[in-house]
Amino acid sequence: MFQGIFQIILTLILLVAIVPRLGKYMAQVFLGETTFLDRIAHPIERMIYTLGEIRTDDMTGWQYIRAILYSNLVMGVFVFLLLMLQGVLPLNPTGLAAPSFDTALHTTISFLTNTDQQHYSGENTFSYASQILALGFLMFTSAATGLAVGIAFIRGLSGKPLGNFYVDLTKAITRILLPLSIVGAIVLIIFGVPETLLGPEVVTTISGNSQAIARGPVAHFEIIKQLGENGGGFFGTNSAHPFENPNPATNLIETLAMLAIPASLIYTYGEIAGNKKQGWLLFWMVFIIFAVLIAIATVGEYQGNPLVNQLLDKQFPNLEGKLLDKQFPNLEGKLLDKHFPNLEGKETRFGWAQTALWAISTTATMCGAVNGMHDSLMPPAGAATLFNMFLQIIWGGQGTGTAYLFIYLILSVFLTGLMVGRTPEFLGRKIEKREIVLASVVLLVHPIVVLIPSAIALAFPDTLAGISNPGFHGLSQVVYEYASASANNGSGLEGLADSQPAATALWWNFSTLVPLLVGRYVPIIALLLLADSMTNKQPVPENAGTLRTDTILFTNVTAGVILILGALTFFPVIALGPIAEAFQIGK
Amino acid sequence: MTSPRQPRGARATRRHTPKADTSGIYQRAVREAFIKLDPRLALKNPVMFLVWVGTLVAALSTIEPNLFGTTPGNNQQLFNALVTFILFFTVLFANFAEAVAEGRGKAQADALRSTKSETTARKVLADGSIEEVPSTSLHRDDQIKVIAGDIIPADGEVIGGTASVDESAITGESAPVLKEPGSDIASSVTGGTRIISDELLIRVSADPGKGFLDRMIALVEGAERSKTPNEIALTVLLAVLTQVFLIVVVTLLALANYVGNPVSVVTLIALLVALIPTTIGGLLSAIGIAGMDRVAQFNVVATSGRAVEACGDVNTLVLDKTGTITLGNRLAEEFIPINGHSMTDIASVALASSIFDDTPEGKSIVRLAENLGAKVDFERSQSEGIEFSARTRMSGTNLPGGSEVRKGAVDAVKGFVRSRGGELSSELDAAYERISRLGGTPLAVCRDRDIYGIIYLKDIIKPGIRDRFDQLRRMGVRTVMLTGDNRITAEVIAQEAGVDDFIAEATPEDKIAVIQAEQAKGKLVAMTGDGTNDAPALAQANVGLAMNSGTQAAKEAANMVDLDSDPTKLIDLVTIGKQLLITRGALTTFSLANDIAKYFAIIPAMFTSVGSLNIMGLASAQSAVLSALIYNALIIPALIPLALTGVKFRPLTANQLLSRNIFIYGLGGVVAPFIAIKFIDVIIAGVGLK
Repeated sequence: MFQGIFQIILTLILLVAIVPRLGKYMAQVFLGETTFLDRIAHPIERMIYTLGEIRTDDMTGWQYIRAILYSNLVMGVFVFLLLMLQGVLPLNPTGLAAPSFDTALHTTISFLTNTDQQHYSGENTFSYASQILALGFLMFTSAATGLAVGIAFIRGLSGKPLGNFYVDLTKAITRILLPLSIVGAIVLIIFGVPETLLGPEVVTTISGNSQAIARGPVAHFEIIKQLGENGGGFFGTNSAHPFENPNPATNLIETLAMLAIPASLIYTYGEIAGNKKQGWLLFWMVFIIFAVLIAIATVGEYQGNPLVNQLLDKQFPNLEGKLLDKQFPNLEGKLLDKHFPNLEGKETRFGWAQTALWAISTTATMCGAVNGMHDSLMPPAGAATLFNMFLQIIWGGQGTGTAYLFIYLILSVFLTGLMVGRTPEFLGRKIEKREIVLASVVLLVHPIVVLIPSAIALAFPDTLAGISNPGFHGLSQVVYEYASASANNGSGLEGLADSQPAATALWWNFSTLVPLLVGRYVPIIALLLLADSMTNKQPVPENAGTLRTDTILFTNVTAGVILILGALTFFPVIALGPIAEAFQIGK
Repeated sequence: MTSPRQPRGARATRRHTPKADTSGIYQRAVREAFIKLDPRLALKNPVMFLVWVGTLVAALSTIEPNLFGTTPGNNQQLFNALVTFILFFTVLFANFAEAVAEGRGKAQADALRSTKSETTARKVLADGSIEEVPSTSLHRDDQIKVIAGDIIPADGEVIGGTASVDESAITGESAPVLKEPGSDIASSVTGGTRIISDELLIRVSADPGKGFLDRMIALVEGAERSKTPNEIALTVLLAVLTQVFLIVVVTLLALANYVGNPVSVVTLIALLVALIPTTIGGLLSAIGIAGMDRVAQFNVVATSGRAVEACGDVNTLVLDKTGTITLGNRLAEEFIPINGHSMTDIASVALASSIFDDTPEGKSIVRLAENLGAKVDFERSQSEGIEFSARTRMSGTNLPGGSEVRKGAVDAVKGFVRSRGGELSSELDAAYERISRLGGTPLAVCRDRDIYGIIYLKDIIKPGIRDRFDQLRRMGVRTVMLTGDNRITAEVIAQEAGVDDFIAEATPEDKIAVIQAEQAKGKLVAMTGDGTNDAPALAQANVGLAMNSGTQAAKEAANMVDLDSDPTKLIDLVTIGKQLLITRGALTTFSLANDIAKYFAIIPAMFTSVGSLNIMGLASAQSAVLSALIYNALIIPALIPLALTGVKFRPLTANQLLSRNIFIYGLGGVVAPFIAIKFIDVIIAGVGLK
């Protein structure tokens, strides 16, 4: 148990150490200040701007939005064509044919929206060309798009021009994602992650049979998968696969990689807005919620499944903990109270603690990579992962998570501003009808595209859904799928027959497109319009009548608003899913 | 639920408008509450409209419980009937809240309207003849004649005659007011007031139905009530939350069926009504109407709710020194003779310069001079009074012998003396500075080219004004004093009164410049004014409060008119504006915070699988739902008094206010319903309704 707690605390300490450094660096990059990468990045960027004939001047909100939508559309079409043509393209050692049309479409949009929800197994579906040139390409651009939106939003809030999307997109890649990926990939290779264009290795196993071992250019794919909150695995089992995530060292690196940017971006806000105190306060607010969720998940996993524990109890009534320790060394031998940690669906090289930490981190950051089966998580961890995806701000997606956080902040400012008798203002800019309308759009979109498709799927569970675990868990599976799509997370509770050639695959591939697209682009449009309208407002000077938003009190109020507005919406779902399941198991 | 709380206690004794009959308000409001059930009216409030629709669906389910498929549970029909009943009352309570608020305004409007009965007016035609026409046919620029005993038929400007007018119908002030042409302030008359002596020739300044009284009636009645910016933003937020919960509840139907725990439609409606912000939704318009009403009770007429709300946002108050910070009358305290003149000399010259001066200052100079033994030694009828003007900044008398005596601002008098070839002495400056340092106003007195000395006019700072400015500062409102005094005097008074800034030797143009400068910094500015030359500044300011005693031009440019003509009211208006916003914010927070407890009451009642979430230990599923709904309904009338009187405002900083209000309305909003719902449940269980 102590080992597990130590692993979690170490990861969190490292995160806190990374945040101010990476946060400051990102602020420098996007404020156009000099950084140590200038000498390499400048010429590359200049070349990109020249080749792309990009004008680098500031954009208005709509210009920024149009730039995002058009560029994303072009990238989407390009990737869709690549996937459909993979049968005739090179770098296809296993000779894979084109995927079905709906799988290709779902995959394209899923990766375009930084979701990486996968209704397929990577090694059996996509060639190296598709993985590198199509999916790997989108992993960089979709992450950079999110980051650009987050930065443009922060700029708008603090009264600066929104910037230029193409410049932000380029800089996000050349100065943040690419350098970190190169370093990270090399480290992963050192720790044993393969990076090769050779086809599968055929080996003879101990039993004398021959087995094809899938491999490929994994390391570089893996690092951007984590760093960019993409989460789409090279292999079907994602980071549970030993070639994606061979050992606890790579596990630590990959966990930190997915947390680093969304967590640091809050600090970046503090730097850009010139209010580091508020940056830290918000960071700690999210950090505390994050830590509480980790605690909930780990306690649940550590206590294990009461049904399994009862069975084991009957089987080994007289065994002392130590004896069992020798028999099952990987169980960590924690037999105090005769509780076995829940190890179903977990890689024993990671154990319950690292899997629980990962599960919370991946749903918190909208990464969506997994190093164990979320379907097998105990109800507390299941509830925590759902909670993350409902709120979308406990770190949240690349760039967008921080922006959503400020949507809640703006709503808190609105309520509290009224309560002190002034037209509410944030950073000296008034929150009026337009801002509330736009913030409301963000608030409204998520429940619509999560709950309505879920209700439809659950109304026709046999014809549409193909749910493996009927009952409370089945409800969680369906809601999780849509929440994951709409939050652009991409992880799955699985257990849904959503891959071709299953009969229900078509339903899942198409019905998730709505949450994927709406959950991504509608909030982005609203966020940028909101930023645009804030930046064009005349700032009001601060005085004693101004409500300070960088106080502990206000941060607490924000946490309350987040819980009431965000979490209460989904309370019935969590009650009918994980909570009911917990009561059912616990009986 | 009695009279609205006054932001400042001292003022309570001074208000006099509501001669309104408020006795029948509650009976009328009950009737109105039913009338407002009309769907066309109900649609105006989307939150409550949804409750009303829910009521109808629940009613149908009462008549035919299996309308939406059978659901388990006994006594479905009774349960449905009870839910219908409670929901119906929820809607009625919200309607009632609005009706009570409107009723107060209507009562006031009725009182005003009674003074505005149609009269016959004597219209003066182009050829000078007089035609009797109904008052409603009078148009702008018509000329009318009124004689003692008439009700003045329309707003207008006096162009001939002198008369006293009883304006008590509007201001409540019973002492008659002198009206005469030419003077800035005394020349405007208001329709509905009564002329009690002599006669006046008046040029009508408002078209029928657009007069001051008409506007005032429309405003207090709420007929012209348009939602204020903050109210609109809040309405949007409430509508969105309602939509969110509507989606949650509708989709829950499918989810519940899937897990094999079907829920009746009526229970879902109950959940929906409990979750959507009915408390604030039901009280929102009442809060707005009551806010306007509070302003009216204060004897101020606001042209729009927007203006009232803007008061709460004001960052800078631009205040005239005279009449606002100091008592209007400066009194002559002392004469300081210079240039070798004796005290008797200066006294007699000062007296000569002031015999035509009817201002309190002038009179006080006469009194002081007479006390010192000065006498008028010339023929009054052969001399000519020179009136004060903003340009010359002097007044005085041209004596029969052709010599001119003047008194006025030291600079102005210096200029006058110089123009007559006189010389200036350093003695003058010394005396001038001495008085300035005392915070007094120095007036120089001269006869032709010879300066006799200086009159020390003493300013008296209003008692208690310093405290008010301290409070304003704590609220984050800056005060700027404008005065025609010189820098030194201004500084002394500014310090004594505790204003944050001052502009000395200010001209009317300075006023508008100050406002524009503050606005350029993003600040909202409020000011008061009465003269015609204040009109541009009143229009420029975000909140312009005109004095009722002021000119028509000033009243039209301002967005509020103070019927008592008391400029310090601006400070109270800031408080009222803030109170309005605070009440909305506090009740919204309370309403949203209530949802937690309602969830914990209803969700375990709906789903047996999560029955253990029944942490309140409510007796049964049905009693849990009913308790939550009854709480939800009763909280509306329980909060009507708060909505009408407003959350108490204290002059604290924003952060202090927040911690106070979040504790009461946020934390209170979380805790209170847990207790109340449990309490109601115990009663229901006790009654045996189950």
